[in-house]
Amino acid sequence: MSLTPVGLEHYLVASGLLFCLGLLGVIMRRNLLVIYMSLELMLNSANLALVALSRHNGNLSGQIVVFFIITVAAAEVAVGLAIIVALYRKKQTAHVEDLTAMKL
Amino acid sequence: MFESSEHFAWLILFVPLIAAGIITVVTREKPRVSAQISIAAALISFLTTVILFSLLPSTGFEHPVSVPWLVIGDLRVDIGLKLDHLSLMMALIVTGVGSLIHIYSAGYMEGERAYSRYFACLSLFTFSMLGIVLADNFVMMFIFWELVGVSSYLLIGFWYEKPAAADAAKKAFITNRLGDFGFLVGILLVWATLGNHLNFDQLRQHLADSPGNYGAVATAAGLLIFCGAVGKSAQFPLHVWLPDAMEGPTPVSALIHAATMVAAGVYMLCRVFFLLDVPGSHALEVIAWIGGFTALLAALIAVQQNDIKRILAYSTLSQLGYMIMAVGLSSPKAAMYHLTTHAFFKALLFLGAGSVILAVHHEQNIWKMGALRKKLPVTFWTFIAGTLALCGVIPFSGFYSKDSILEQALEKNEITLFVIGVFVAFLTTFYMSRLVLVAFFGGERSEEAGHAHESPGIMTWPLRILAVFSIIGGFLGIETLYQRHFQPELPAATVGFMAELFEPFDNQPLSAIFGLGAIIFGFFLAYACYWRTFADPLPAKLGWFARAMRNRFYFDEFYERVLIPATQELLAKIADAIDRWIIGGAVQATQGTTDLFGRALRLVQNGSIQTYAFLLIAGVALVLYFVLAK
Repeated sequence: MSLTPVGLEHYLVASGLLFCLGLLGVIMRRNLLVIYMSLELMLNSANLALVALSRHNGNLSGQIVVFFIITVAAAEVAVGLAIIVALYRKKQTAHVEDLTAMKL
Repeated sequence: MFESSEHFAWLILFVPLIAAGIITVVTREKPRVSAQISIAAALISFLTTVILFSLLPSTGFEHPVSVPWLVIGDLRVDIGLKLDHLSLMMALIVTGVGSLIHIYSAGYMEGERAYSRYFACLSLFTFSMLGIVLADNFVMMFIFWELVGVSSYLLIGFWYEKPAAADAAKKAFITNRLGDFGFLVGILLVWATLGNHLNFDQLRQHLADSPGNYGAVATAAGLLIFCGAVGKSAQFPLHVWLPDAMEGPTPVSALIHAATMVAAGVYMLCRVFFLLDVPGSHALEVIAWIGGFTALLAALIAVQQNDIKRILAYSTLSQLGYMIMAVGLSSPKAAMYHLTTHAFFKALLFLGAGSVILAVHHEQNIWKMGALRKKLPVTFWTFIAGTLALCGVIPFSGFYSKDSILEQALEKNEITLFVIGVFVAFLTTFYMSRLVLVAFFGGERSEEAGHAHESPGIMTWPLRILAVFSIIGGFLGIETLYQRHFQPELPAATVGFMAELFEPFDNQPLSAIFGLGAIIFGFFLAYACYWRTFADPLPAKLGWFARAMRNRFYFDEFYERVLIPATQELLAKIADAIDRWIIGGAVQATQGTTDLFGRALRLVQNGSIQTYAFLLIAGVALVLYFVLAK
């Protein structure tokens, strides 16, 4: 059985699947940390698509965008995790059902 | 040479309006200047009218003076001036008598706080009245008809702090509204039946081109148009507003509620007489009888009134009844003739009454006057001239005009109307003699009457001028003028002073003799009752009938207790139901729907971040689906 060569479609489908998995996680999971991880998954699925298209078009700008995304995501993780930790300390919970009010 | 002299007619109409505007905007704080502007405007209008009148060719001016005002499809409404002998003669009365009353007002209203407002209203009235007189189509006439109502409202309610004046103003306006509604429906009916014309000349032409029996429609249209005259000229059953309108300043009563505005109804009927006269129409019979009935009713009421202005007001009603009756007897000539002379002597009588009222410090009850003959010589003599003219004593003007109406009744073989006319002439003499005997003769009946003194010259000179016209009004050829207008086919009959003096006896001796007999009888009866009396002997003699006359035959009470509850209250209930259930219901439904949506949308805002995320994604997915699905 000969394997078909891996093409653009495969990357894009994998990216789409990853995106949907992340989305499901964001919507379905209750723990803030898991939701956060799912968000990262969605970001990375986008990264995958960008890299694949960049390679396909022979154009490097897609990969440059990916670097930016990784950088910003790192900063975002630092801020986001800090907020989550602060929330947890205040409320003694990291479940979204318990965090429905704007005020603390 | 006089290529476009007719265009000066716009001056007649608009100068008073400009005066009213200037007074309102610029000179409100300067009463003396306001009065001068208003008087000057009236005089300019008067002089322009005189000039145009002297230039008027017998066939009328060549070019129509009009500008289109409203054009919707086939409907075309002009603001145009009809310049013929009828309208210009009426404009002469309005501006001439009006000018005198403007001048008189400057003296009468001296020291009034709202002096400028008074003159602004007076100028506005002059403008509106001239609009009616000069209008060449129905819509324009109706517009000015309403404007006259507004200015009358403003002037009756001039002393609006007095509840009686404010009520009288409202009563006049609302009562007129009833008549005007009929008038408007009548105009629409005429417009729909007679080839979509509104212009008087075109309507007349249309009737001439397609003569035929219009039958019931003509009757209905005639009567509906007559409704307007019933309201404005205060005929039964809408006569109740005029006596109350005496709450306004006395010069206003003279100008609006005696000489001009109330005569507008008669003028309008004469203007559209060709519509009332069409074959198959029975409108004229009704008009004649309503006029006769009003004349009789008002004269009876006048006999037992004690307020000097109310006596004159009922007398006005009664004389207007005469004019309406003359129109109904298909003699617009006689109606306009009586209108003209009546404008002179009734304005004179009202101004005289104003002079008396001012002299006795705003006392209007004739039983608190007395012996004013010596103290107010000019007022007394001019008042006598007016009284004699009103009663119709030969050779005063009233004799000729009243006689031409009675004559007409005899010629038409309307014996009942003739008898009513003669009886009203008797009553007129009776109540006017009562007024004069009680107010001017006998002893002083109150302290104020003792201290009375003559009014200043600015008030007595208009009285003198009007007195002259009241006396010679019968010899000025006014009747011939109107005859030429209404019956151009007849030759101008009488010429020469003596012939004119005794013309009534040549023509219909019976009516003249009966008329004069009624006057003599009325005077001696009044003399017997009221010479040097201090109380009215009639209530004791006539009992309940005198009481009924004093109480105006209970018309106001009947309207207030029976008619208004039956109509207005019912309408109010219906309007209330519509407001509450239909309009209110629509509002409630709108409010309810909004409320429901609000409640539904609130369920979405539950604070769960994941619901928001889900809705966001669902929204994006939906948009993507619609964008990419094609």
